[in-house]
Amino acid sequence: MTDITHHTPDALLAAYAAGTLPQPFALVVAAHISLCLKCRAAFEAHQAIGGIVLEGFDAVEISPDLKTNVLSLLDAPDQESDVYARTGVYPGPVMQALKGKPPRWRRLGGGVKQNILSADESGSVRLLYIPPGQAVPDHTHGGLELTLVLQGSFSDETGRFDVGDLEVADEDLDHTPIADYGAPCICLAATDAPLKFNSVLPRVLQPLFRI
Amino acid sequence: MTLISAQLSPLTAQMLAVRDARDRAAFAALFDHFAPRLKGFIMRSGTGSGQAEEIVQDVMLTVWRKADQFDPQKAQVAAWVYQIAKNRQIDVLRKENRPLPEELKSDAQDSGRTDTDAGQILAVEQEALQLKEAISKLKPDQREMIEKAYLGELTHQEIKAQTGLPLGTIKSRIRLGLERLRHDLKDVR
Repeated sequence: MTDITHHTPDALLAAYAAGTLPQPFALVVAAHISLCLKCRAAFEAHQAIGGIVLEGFDAVEISPDLKTNVLSLLDAPDQESDVYARTGVYPGPVMQALKGKPPRWRRLGGGVKQNILSADESGSVRLLYIPPGQAVPDHTHGGLELTLVLQGSFSDETGRFDVGDLEVADEDLDHTPIADYGAPCICLAATDAPLKFNSVLPRVLQPLFRI
Repeated sequence: MTLISAQLSPLTAQMLAVRDARDRAAFAALFDHFAPRLKGFIMRSGTGSGQAEEIVQDVMLTVWRKADQFDPQKAQVAAWVYQIAKNRQIDVLRKENRPLPEELKSDAQDSGRTDTDAGQILAVEQEALQLKEAISKLKPDQREMIEKAYLGELTHQEIKAQTGLPLGTIKSRIRLGLERLRHDLKDVR
């Protein structure tokens, strides 16, 4: 936990605090903050600025019964939603996305497995399981990609990424991350590029189109 | 307690009274302070008056219900309320559950509650004052950028392109927070 060397960049932390980060990236940043004290402290600093901005707002007139309503509801029972704690290598926000259940891995070939946590027009976020010596799949990204190591490690042209490290890649980075020898590498990876099934679908569809 | 309260800002003292004594008068005072600001804050991003008031109601009820999560050694009241408002805005307007970081174990266990460190609380307030001053000294267009960024009107790419943040002050705020977090974790282990 103290050895994290690759952190969340400031602009991403600020956007996360301000709530503008698309959901897939917000999940990775929340997971990284869960593992990284330095980024937690930085996140708190961004919240402090948010608080100052809120304090600086001019008061807007509110309906007279809003206060009465709120005060009358103080004793009303609260609807608690389920909160899932960190389990094994999976931080709380990841367990939340898994709804408390273990990952359901699907094979991508070469021993690589994935579990897509969410995918829509804002991007996708998934768990990846990569055996030692195998390449991290789908690194032909066009936009932003965040990869957080949860178990094991991987290395690429830019360095080595251990548990808790976050790699930020954009279109300018042409890299080939390979899982290091040791424990299989488990990552949480988010991208804003449309989800591609280049390892499964083309193989299924190609014969059809050729006929 | 009285000695500490005398030095604390009224908002912090009121929030502690809500947290520790379920003080309804203190909550009413917090409502009077925050509700009109929250409404302006929420309406700024295009939400209508009626829906803004619904969100204000949810935020203020969360302030009451989750008061045990308020830690003045970690955040100022306004920063805590800001985060609750952001969470609620995302849940309501984007219909998403916002992913949130884990609470630190030491927070959840309430272990240090009895020996609340007044020095640390005052340090957090001091830092916030300095931050506020640093922001107020910025040029108007830089100040406006900060307002836009933390209102949620800028993407992270747009924030990245801005250089107007008072970085020196943030850095000292981060250092203070990091020291406290390390101290907390030492207690847990």
